[in-house]
Amino acid sequence: MTGGSGELARRIIPCLDVTEGRVVKGVQFVNLIDAGDPVEIAEEYDRQGADEITFLDITASSDRREILLDVVKRTAETVFIPLTVGGGVRSLENIRELLKAGADKVSINTEAVHQPRFVREASLKFGSQCIVVAIDAKRVADPNGKPSWEVYIYGGREPAGIDAVQWARQMEEYGAGEILLTSMDRDGTRDGYDIDLTSAITETVSIPVIASGGAGTLEHLYEGLVMGGASAVLAASIFHFREFTVQETKEYLHSRDVAVRF
Amino acid sequence: MNIENRASPSIVVVDYGMGNLRSVQKGLEKAGCRATVSSDPSRIESASGIVLPGVGAFRDCMANLVNSRLVDPVLGAIEENKPFLGICLGMQLLLAVSEEFGTHEGLGVVPGRVVRFDRNKNLKVPHMGWNRVHFSGPSPLFKGIPDASYFYFVHSYYADPDNSDVVSGWTNYGIRFCSSISTGNIFACQFHPEKSQHWGLKILENFGNIVVGQKEG
Repeated sequence: MTGGSGELARRIIPCLDVTEGRVVKGVQFVNLIDAGDPVEIAEEYDRQGADEITFLDITASSDRREILLDVVKRTAETVFIPLTVGGGVRSLENIRELLKAGADKVSINTEAVHQPRFVREASLKFGSQCIVVAIDAKRVADPNGKPSWEVYIYGGREPAGIDAVQWARQMEEYGAGEILLTSMDRDGTRDGYDIDLTSAITETVSIPVIASGGAGTLEHLYEGLVMGGASAVLAASIFHFREFTVQETKEYLHSRDVAVRF
Repeated sequence: MNIENRASPSIVVVDYGMGNLRSVQKGLEKAGCRATVSSDPSRIESASGIVLPGVGAFRDCMANLVNSRLVDPVLGAIEENKPFLGICLGMQLLLAVSEEFGTHEGLGVVPGRVVRFDRNKNLKVPHMGWNRVHFSGPSPLFKGIPDASYFYFVHSYYADPDNSDVVSGWTNYGIRFCSSISTGNIFACQFHPEKSQHWGLKILENFGNIVVGQKEG
């Protein structure tokens, strides 16, 4: 457990992958299954006691932005917990629009790699508290057995040639307020988070890290928080398909001495 | 008309270009208050209650407040004893001095300083997420809310008032820090009630009731 964090609760964050205003869940970023209306699902998670909601717009082509902004606006009308929105965030104007629509944080991924300066400008302009840097990381085969991970961009389609741990440190220096860390190897597998990756990053940066990619059981969430040292866990399918409610998840974590909010 | 005014006091959410005020306004409306977002000094002067939100850096917030010519109207409202609610940076601005990026003067309504969490304590900074607020005594702002309830925080600095009598709530994060202030009609919270689900909305509703009570009283 993180030393000295007192009574700060670990956060449970359902993630809604959104395309054209509908929620889908990607299995290793392909094979999409439609799972419903984002506003209704966000309201349901709010009722269940979710600590935050994250929308990732996985198409994010420019002509779809209005639809996304409308979804954000409608969600912010009824859901009074923090809302993070990511996907295709490329400019200060994009960020301004999302915050104005009611997002509390925006998550930047590909554009941070293209232009690290963008993260600095965004955090100076809007404050670090609303700038999340999303890192998609994939394990690199290493003959010496010491694991390392490479950053991927464009929704996990293209390697960026950057070391993930190094990158997380740089993004913290550039003013990121939080890291959303997704294991490309685990995403959609339901085999659990990549704990080596998660702890490598949480031990490196002093900003909060959200573990993502691979959660299939409640035990996995526990591992991400306690063994990985994550401040929060993000999950999609275990919540979307009603295997567990957020409430049940928190009861489980509480029973294992993890501080959670009820 | 009087009845309507009594039922829905006019609260102005001060807009000085720092962050999204929509959720603060929505939260107040959901709690049954009439809320307007405005940067117009005359609207602030005629309001029955003032909410000063704020996100970002202390220096920028204070500079924007000065540049928007809103310092005098806000201080005027406080001097007139109008109910005032500062949220996050809006709480920190009440203090005399901040140490964020150098030393900067705040509104000086509450003697004390704004200081940073100590990174050496193995703490993640910003302090981000849901944490408990331990009430130091009864406050009309916390009416109907159980002690040690969770609220949503996101900040790297916190208010450290000289006089602990003004502290209405404490939160533990590495140290015990002041997470809410109550002195006369001045209320403030470091956490975001507009993001703190039902107990947060209850705080906004309570503030609305304080404004109504003040107007009637």
